[in-house]
Amino acid sequence: MGLIVAENITKDYQIGEVTVRALKGASFNIEPGSFVSFVGPSGSGKTTLLNLIGCLDKPSGGRLLVAGMDVSSFGKKDSAVFRGKNIGFIFQDFNLIPVLTVFENVEYPLLMVQNASPGDRKKRVMSLLGAVGMTEQKDKYPDQISGGQKQRVAVARALVTNPKLVLADEPTANLDHKTAYMVIELMKKMRDDFQTTFIFSTHDQKIVGEAEILYTLEDGELVGKQMKGEEDNA
Amino acid sequence: MHNLFKIAIRNLMRYRRRTLLTASLIAIGVIFVVVFVSVSGSFKNMIISQITGSMLGDIEIHRKGYVASIDNLPLTLMMNPQQVKAAEDAIGKVPQIEAYSPRIKFGGLFSNFTETTNIRLNGVDPDMEMKTLPLLASRIVEGEKGIKKGEILVPQLLARGMNVKVGDMVVVIATNKDGSVNGKQLKVGGILESATGPGGRDGYVHIEDAIEILRMEEQEISEIAIRIHDFGKLRNVASSLEGDLSKYGNKQGKSVFEVHTWETLSPFYNIARMIDMMTLFIKIMLIAIVLISIMNVMIMAVYERIREIGTIAAIGTLPGKILSMFVIEGFSLGVLGALVGNVVGLVIVYILDLAKITFNFGMQTGLILSPTLQASDILVVSVIVIIVAVLGSLQPALKASKMEPIVALRHV
Repeated sequence: MGLIVAENITKDYQIGEVTVRALKGASFNIEPGSFVSFVGPSGSGKTTLLNLIGCLDKPSGGRLLVAGMDVSSFGKKDSAVFRGKNIGFIFQDFNLIPVLTVFENVEYPLLMVQNASPGDRKKRVMSLLGAVGMTEQKDKYPDQISGGQKQRVAVARALVTNPKLVLADEPTANLDHKTAYMVIELMKKMRDDFQTTFIFSTHDQKIVGEAEILYTLEDGELVGKQMKGEEDNA
Repeated sequence: MHNLFKIAIRNLMRYRRRTLLTASLIAIGVIFVVVFVSVSGSFKNMIISQITGSMLGDIEIHRKGYVASIDNLPLTLMMNPQQVKAAEDAIGKVPQIEAYSPRIKFGGLFSNFTETTNIRLNGVDPDMEMKTLPLLASRIVEGEKGIKKGEILVPQLLARGMNVKVGDMVVVIATNKDGSVNGKQLKVGGILESATGPGGRDGYVHIEDAIEILRMEEQEISEIAIRIHDFGKLRNVASSLEGDLSKYGNKQGKSVFEVHTWETLSPFYNIARMIDMMTLFIKIMLIAIVLISIMNVMIMAVYERIREIGTIAAIGTLPGKILSMFVIEGFSLGVLGALVGNVVGLVIVYILDLAKITFNFGMQTGLILSPTLQASDILVVSVIVIIVAVLGSLQPALKASKMEPIVALRHV
């Protein structure tokens, strides 16, 4: 069984009196340890899909299993607990907490979500900071480091709790091409080192090729799946 | 918890100017309350101690009905020796009573041989009266600080009006309860400073002189003034006396005695209550200041940090912890404001104390304002500020904790 199993999931938004279907019956199966990308133009439903997988939102229809759990039945607190335990997030704008240092930002999920012991926290955080090459900057605040470095810190924060899955919504949108490529390479290395499943969305054609499995979305529909080195088999 | 405080304090320091302004506003409110409570409290306590320590005593025991007609100083409503003995027995059973003094109060005529006027007099046992009213001696502005047999302490205004001085001879004439008139020559032993309140313009004579003037066959007493060790236990002592004396009933089964605290005997009690009311309103204003400023700053904090709230919620922070983060911010602001306000307030009170500001109250002039603060005053103000700060931050904190992460993350 896959880490993520989606069966004909839909998502509707109510905008005034109009119902807009943002996702029109997507079905897919993502295996553990995959490096997956959802691509498509703006408004194609990438963020909606990632929000559903990340238990930040609930599908309007269909069935969605994440790590064997039917996440559509979760309440707000259950969702938060599930996310804290199983999912790491990387955001387009990095979303580091400005009043915390690099070390404290990475430590935050262990401290506030998982209540890990101080010894465990230090060991895990230093190991992750070493893995993303940010040990030297550990005492700096987010406004003292570059965009690429911020995203490295965000990668470390996403991985610090040993999640089964890391979701990254447009993680390179605010980075130059070289830095974007480095971040994607870092994510891939982390997948290799920790066997964590990475799913990211992008509309940047230059980094699309870095994904091992590529799902293409158009107008809320999943229109293609492509394995690296294969032709589109949609 | 330590980490929640760390994050809260760093968030407060992030908007340093706003934090300082809000804390200053709270501190100013606290300063007002602290200074007002100390100044009004010391004024109130000073006047109460003047009234109870130099005129009334803390508690008085009368025969039933006496207080209702106290303006007439009725000689027909006095306690007979058996009743006085019963009252003294009841007093003896209450260990909180420090001293007591039986008094014969009567009205009469005061003559300097050329002019005559009316006078209210207290016939007292000097030792007992001085123990019960320790501030009485300080009201004797001329003459010896005591009441001797054959002498009279004349109220200052009367002495001035009648042009009598210490050592002069005067005549006191009074009608006794049988209607017969008697007079006695007395030497002016001292001039008594007039004071505002009941008994503030009364003269004093020795109790034996009063008995002689009123031609009493047996010693009857108008009232027994009582001083207690701990003024805070006033009502307890009064209730205890009342309970003990209630067993002495008349033919109708009603108690022969009445027990009154100074509060029911002095009009200043109403002023004291007004001061308490003003203190209460000042505290309510402080609550409003803290509530509005904390709510304002916390609403802004939540609004400015919506994306941050979305981020921490997305990575699994439970709503309760998000709520705690913001409540602790409000709490920390309250603590800061209370701390600064109390410290500055204490400094101002100390300076006022050193300045020895004088004021007049009624007939008393040159009273020195010496504001003091009890630890309980500081504690009450601090607790009010902190509780209100927490309450003020609760609504914005609840809003933050209930925020949907997906909506918060979308916020621009």
